[in-house]
Amino acid sequence: MAFTPGLKASYSAQIAKTRELPLVGRTLVKVGDTVKSTDEVLSADLPGNLHILRISEKLGIDPDEVLDAIQKNNVSIGKKVKQGETILEHSGLFGLFKSRFESPCDGVIEYISKTSGHVGVRESSSPLTITAYIPGKVINISEGKSVTIESQGAIIQGIFGVGGEKIGILHDLNITDNKAITEADIPSECSNKILFGGTSPSIEIINEAAKRGAVGLIVGAIDDQALTEYLGYDLGVAITGDEDVPMTLIVTEGFGNLVISNRVLSLLKKFNGKSGSINGATQVRAGAVRPEIIVIHSNEDKAVIEKDKSQSLELGSQIRVIRVPYFGAYGQVVELPNELTLIETGAKARVLKAKLNDGRLVTVPRANVELV
Amino acid sequence: MRTDPLALITVLVTDCGSTTTKAVLFEKKPDGWRQTFRGEAPTTVEEPVADVTVGALNAFTEIEEISGRKFLRYSGHSVEDVPFIVTESDQSKGIDLYLSTSSAGGGLQMIVCGVVKEMSAESAARAALGAGAIVLDTLSADDGREEHEKIERIRHLKPDIVLLTGGIDGGTKSHVIEVAELLLAASPKPRFGETLKLPIIYAGNKEAKNEVSEILKGIAHIESVENIRPTLEEENLKPARDLIHDFFLKHVMSHAPGYGKLLKWTPVPVMPTPGAVGKMIHDFAIRRSLQVVAADIGGATTDVFSVFKNNKGSEFVFNRTVSANLGMSYSIANVLIEAKTAGIKRWLPYEMSDNEIHDRLRNKMIRPTSIPQSIDDLNLEQAVCREALRLSFLHHRKLAVGLSGQRQSRGIADIFTQSTGREELVDLKALDLVIGSGGVLSHAPDRAQALLMMLDAYELEGLTQLAVDSIFMLPHLGVFSTVHPEAAEEILMRDCLINLGHAIAPIYPQKFKDPILAIVKLEGKEIGKVRKDEVTLIRSNSIGSGKVQLSIEPTHKTIDVGVGRGEPNLKEIEIGQVGIVLDGRNRPINFPQDEKERISWQQKIYDNLTLKY
Repeated sequence: MAFTPGLKASYSAQIAKTRELPLVGRTLVKVGDTVKSTDEVLSADLPGNLHILRISEKLGIDPDEVLDAIQKNNVSIGKKVKQGETILEHSGLFGLFKSRFESPCDGVIEYISKTSGHVGVRESSSPLTITAYIPGKVINISEGKSVTIESQGAIIQGIFGVGGEKIGILHDLNITDNKAITEADIPSECSNKILFGGTSPSIEIINEAAKRGAVGLIVGAIDDQALTEYLGYDLGVAITGDEDVPMTLIVTEGFGNLVISNRVLSLLKKFNGKSGSINGATQVRAGAVRPEIIVIHSNEDKAVIEKDKSQSLELGSQIRVIRVPYFGAYGQVVELPNELTLIETGAKARVLKAKLNDGRLVTVPRANVELV
Repeated sequence: MRTDPLALITVLVTDCGSTTTKAVLFEKKPDGWRQTFRGEAPTTVEEPVADVTVGALNAFTEIEEISGRKFLRYSGHSVEDVPFIVTESDQSKGIDLYLSTSSAGGGLQMIVCGVVKEMSAESAARAALGAGAIVLDTLSADDGREEHEKIERIRHLKPDIVLLTGGIDGGTKSHVIEVAELLLAASPKPRFGETLKLPIIYAGNKEAKNEVSEILKGIAHIESVENIRPTLEEENLKPARDLIHDFFLKHVMSHAPGYGKLLKWTPVPVMPTPGAVGKMIHDFAIRRSLQVVAADIGGATTDVFSVFKNNKGSEFVFNRTVSANLGMSYSIANVLIEAKTAGIKRWLPYEMSDNEIHDRLRNKMIRPTSIPQSIDDLNLEQAVCREALRLSFLHHRKLAVGLSGQRQSRGIADIFTQSTGREELVDLKALDLVIGSGGVLSHAPDRAQALLMMLDAYELEGLTQLAVDSIFMLPHLGVFSTVHPEAAEEILMRDCLINLGHAIAPIYPQKFKDPILAIVKLEGKEIGKVRKDEVTLIRSNSIGSGKVQLSIEPTHKTIDVGVGRGEPNLKEIEIGQVGIVLDGRNRPINFPQDEKERISWQQKIYDNLTLKY
């Protein structure tokens, strides 16, 4: 069925996160361990940079002479070298004009080309560690590759975000009527805080929140221009998460002037002051990735874990329209005609009839609504 | 399964795309080969299913339900062995052959490397594109980037295959060795199977083969083929393309989720989707001696294919390019960035603020499956389509130059012209047929909208026929044509291509004053006049159907209607579904500078074509 299923906004759900290394490394935990969100669970050594030493070109000598000279200097594949260490010494005509070639870094000789006389020196590897991201129990391990952590808590998905994983304390900006954020709404001290509330922050507000130490900002919508200024470039394709930004930004509804839905805002308010894990990574393709806000909690006041709600449209389903001319409007499905219906563009589409919250009765393509 | 063309009666074909797996049934009926039924289901290469055959089986099941023909031995679950009933004596059951193409998981993604940007690197890009790949980056020793920038770039990308070329046979080896060293320094990781070695194809100076292998054997699975540029005058793409297809099956497909099973279901190699489309267009153009441009505009990318005669007119040359970030949903904001708001706005027959355009397109980007409901939203999407096609076509024209995809010789004199504005292969006046594919064109509510989008985007010249692919069947036909080319072409003409009609666009001097540019006649009877700066449509219902003799007579010796200045253009045409568009705008199209004037100019075009706004 062609419609956008609603984004997740669940008070209590079973959450499993698989943490993966980009290359084979070491697993630092075992199945059954309990971890905190900041605990390191995987590590690996990232290979260092390879420096290609084009000695023959630099010294103006033949590759054969380079090979002879490095052999004389006992330089061979696998040898460890220090920065500044002599790789080669070459004597010019009649032993005059001696020239030297030094290693530009600490590293290991990885290859010596017999054709070009080029020498490759690989810098030492650098450590890479992966943290748990959410607190929970380790339930699965793929040795040296990945660790899966399971927990129970709230999960809310945004529609779009920028910036990667951050951990902080959720802080309600308490913006009445969910209006645009002003500078006065931003607390003077925001260190390690994930601010939420309001809509359409200006670039000045975004920068100010980041400057005051916030690690995350969750808003209803963002203006295209403010996003471009925050990123420093125009975003062309909806694949995000690796941006070099000081604060992760999550938009729950879209671009323009939309407010955070009641469902999401009321859920966020329940966790005001609690620790949360957020990630702005978005990938709007097959296997879509949406930004997320996760708060792990003990679930004391709710014994039953919520199952994923039905992903199908039914009479009475609460929906939001995601395209003009009713963009952003909320309503309830009142009719689900089976046959294709002619819409204003002249196309025939599967539609639904909905009663919007402002009382209007409208016909909308099913592809243009999402469940709320 | 049968592969003898004469033994085929029922053939099932899938295209496993990034989002949807589309299955079609081709059947030999008493009146010939037809496409009869179609089913589709979401592609299932991602978690939690992670098995492409599940989506394929769902699409097959839909065809079984719609057609009433039983051809699955098992249904509802994925199996290791072949799931099909092969037709035996009971002709009402089973299939004779199953075939597939694939672009799931983003298709075949490659990095190509050469020594000289406009020589070996360009040839390498042509080889990869022609094989159906997306070229993530083209690197060369002289591409203007610093070495560390190139290393960073290679590391960042995760290609399926790398194609390394450079140097002519017997020439200097050091440059191509330096490029190999660059790859070693970057040590790129393959997209699938992180513990596997990256497949690298070496197609450069044969004298450097051993050294290059020696340098790269530690980080890659490397195989060599004949040099892509054995001499300065020769380009030899076929061996590299064949090995790319081979690597695609061996190293890419076989590691993609579920493909191990799918590959066992068919006796014919699975083709990359754009490779199959390219083959169909190439073969069709050559068999009919037509010069063709085809574009497939998708959500993320736009593929452009062309077949034009070379400069000597002696041989047809096929080219394919892919604009990886120009599309109608995931990449729609990138079209906005490249075309700028003004570029999109100029096609709209009404006012819309820059902010409104930005927000609507960004919202489409993050909710890609939504569809336009209002006319203004539809017109905005169609304006974006014009720009995506225009930019992709510009990109294509830059690459469709000089050398061909086939082995052919060029004179030394041609080489000297290569670096200084090489002659383009794309010749709009010689272009016979434009084919459009992709939802925004194939599913335009009014076919005249599809025709106008392509006419505007390509700025067609002279006389050109326009068609759309009815249900994106070109990949299926491409792979079917490897077994039964005649049947594939029969289906192409009867069920795939929808003939929209023709565009007539005379070219005239900028200072030309007279209002009438040409007289258009069918079977000797005047049906309309091409008026300067106006676009009008003669709808097919007013001129009938079938094959007719068309004549376009320029009103002045300086006007070119496609066959030279002052010359009348006489041609037998088949009337299309929309009719004949008479386009009196000069080239390049001059848009009125004043916004109100431009809007009313566009409104007049929409009115003349009876399009809503």
